[in-house]
Amino acid sequence: MARAVSTRRKTIATIAAWLVALVIFFPILYTVATSFKTEAEAISGISLIPSGTFENYVQVQTQRDYFKPFMNSVVISVGSTVIALLIGIPAAWSMAFSPTKRTKDVLMWMLSTKMMPAVGVLVPLYLMFRDFGLLDTRIGLTVVFTLINLPIVVWMLYTYFREIPGEILEAARMDGASLVGEIVYVLTPMAVPGIASTLLLNIILAWNEAFWSIRLSAANAAPLTAFIASFSSPQGLFWAKLSAASTLAIAPILIMGWFSQRQLVRGLTFGAVK
Amino acid sequence: MATRQTRTLARAMMAPAVVLLLVWMIVPLAMTLWFSFQNYNLLNPITRGFAGFLNYEFFYTDPAFFQSIANTLIIVGGVLAITVIGGILLALLLDQPIFGQGIVRILVISPFFVMPPVAALVWKNMIMHPGYGVLADIARFLGLQPVDWFAQHPLFSIVIIVAWQWLPFATLILLTALQSLDEEQKEAAEMDGANVFNRFLYLTLPHLARAITVVILIQTIFLLGVYAEILVTTNGGPGYATTNLAFLIYRTALLSYDVGGASAGGVIAVVLANIVALFLMRAVGRNLDR
Repeated sequence: MARAVSTRRKTIATIAAWLVALVIFFPILYTVATSFKTEAEAISGISLIPSGTFENYVQVQTQRDYFKPFMNSVVISVGSTVIALLIGIPAAWSMAFSPTKRTKDVLMWMLSTKMMPAVGVLVPLYLMFRDFGLLDTRIGLTVVFTLINLPIVVWMLYTYFREIPGEILEAARMDGASLVGEIVYVLTPMAVPGIASTLLLNIILAWNEAFWSIRLSAANAAPLTAFIASFSSPQGLFWAKLSAASTLAIAPILIMGWFSQRQLVRGLTFGAVK
Repeated sequence: MATRQTRTLARAMMAPAVVLLLVWMIVPLAMTLWFSFQNYNLLNPITRGFAGFLNYEFFYTDPAFFQSIANTLIIVGGVLAITVIGGILLALLLDQPIFGQGIVRILVISPFFVMPPVAALVWKNMIMHPGYGVLADIARFLGLQPVDWFAQHPLFSIVIIVAWQWLPFATLILLTALQSLDEEQKEAAEMDGANVFNRFLYLTLPHLARAITVVILIQTIFLLGVYAEILVTTNGGPGYATTNLAFLIYRTALLSYDVGGASAGGVIAVVLANIVALFLMRAVGRNLDR
């Protein structure tokens, strides 16, 4: 009896959950489906079964040079994340393993820089970029994204490093390991998973950032966010092509996101929810 | 000796991050503050000089200012209401034993990874378009008049799009929190005769309180600055109907070239965000002590 009830309950919950999930996912599914339709099909009613043309993908490349903004996105998001890691790893390391009275204050202060609204510094940043010739350059955007994500990088790494037990270090030291030996042979292997998740989350955040990337770039350095935003002008009213460009723009990040769900919670809540 | 060496090393390791963030925080902010007291228009650079509080007065008396503040609050409030309530319900649903839980989870969190311009354009063109959108198709199928979303309910349309992007975030965090709830506690409450509603009210909700706080605060930080969604759908219009504070500042700065006015707006935005940040820091800081 109890078993029957629980099976029924499971079935109902399953149906409800799948319905809700499909409604939420529908816009993405529909975009992917539309990307394989012809332009005429795209505006002729709901249909999830396209005629299967790849024409839109070809045209997005030949007419709008999709590869260029794609490479800009790759270079800027990966570049800024790697630089932020190079700066952030030593900082988080020293905070986790030789904390002082002020470590907590420094961490909180770093987090507070993240609270600064972008529009609050739009004007000076824009003027500085103009004066230094950084407008519409990959370097300019990489610098901004590095600084924007640095606090999250340090925080995430810190919460991971903090979980590495200090006793292991002492044991290694007893066994005669040098400081370099400690870092290379003991700590690094334990820190790799944390560093990897930090890397992943920050690439996702940088890839999707859509304020600075749109405002500080034009034809040359525009990443995908700015590229897609340019489809809002009338000449871009080609839904099948818009869908193809959109699918290409979100696919890599969607897949990375699926793999990093757990770390996402931790990273975005600064360790407050695990 | 060794400790001092370690401490010096530790400081040296922290220095690059601290110095960079210090510069990043202070220099642009100081410049914004300085510009906000200046007469400075990029189209008219000759008349530059001290302006006192004129920029603030100008920004403050602009009828668009109060509307933009109201719109900002409606976007933040509307999205928070939808995502927090929806997120709790969804998390409770996904916490049940269901078939294909992993796939359902992936489907539900996916919108969070969609970049804002894509989300906004897909919703605008393919879902909410009054002629060819999916919602119009459904309305016609039901024999109803299709709604012209961005003309009739522009701000609400923005809220819907942004809520779609953030609902997965709220759900994911609340679900994670929910899964850390002690099974034994639930069973004990069940045996003591607490019904579903009471169990939710007195056991689940208090357990979720902290996660809900975190969701609200983090989302608020991002929602105060909603920008790309407005840019590609309504461009702030019709009139100022969908102009929030972030968008108004952008308009003042880069469309009117009014550096002083935009900076005054920027200072106001910073103050607003800081009030929120203060609460967030407390919530996160408490966790650090634990």
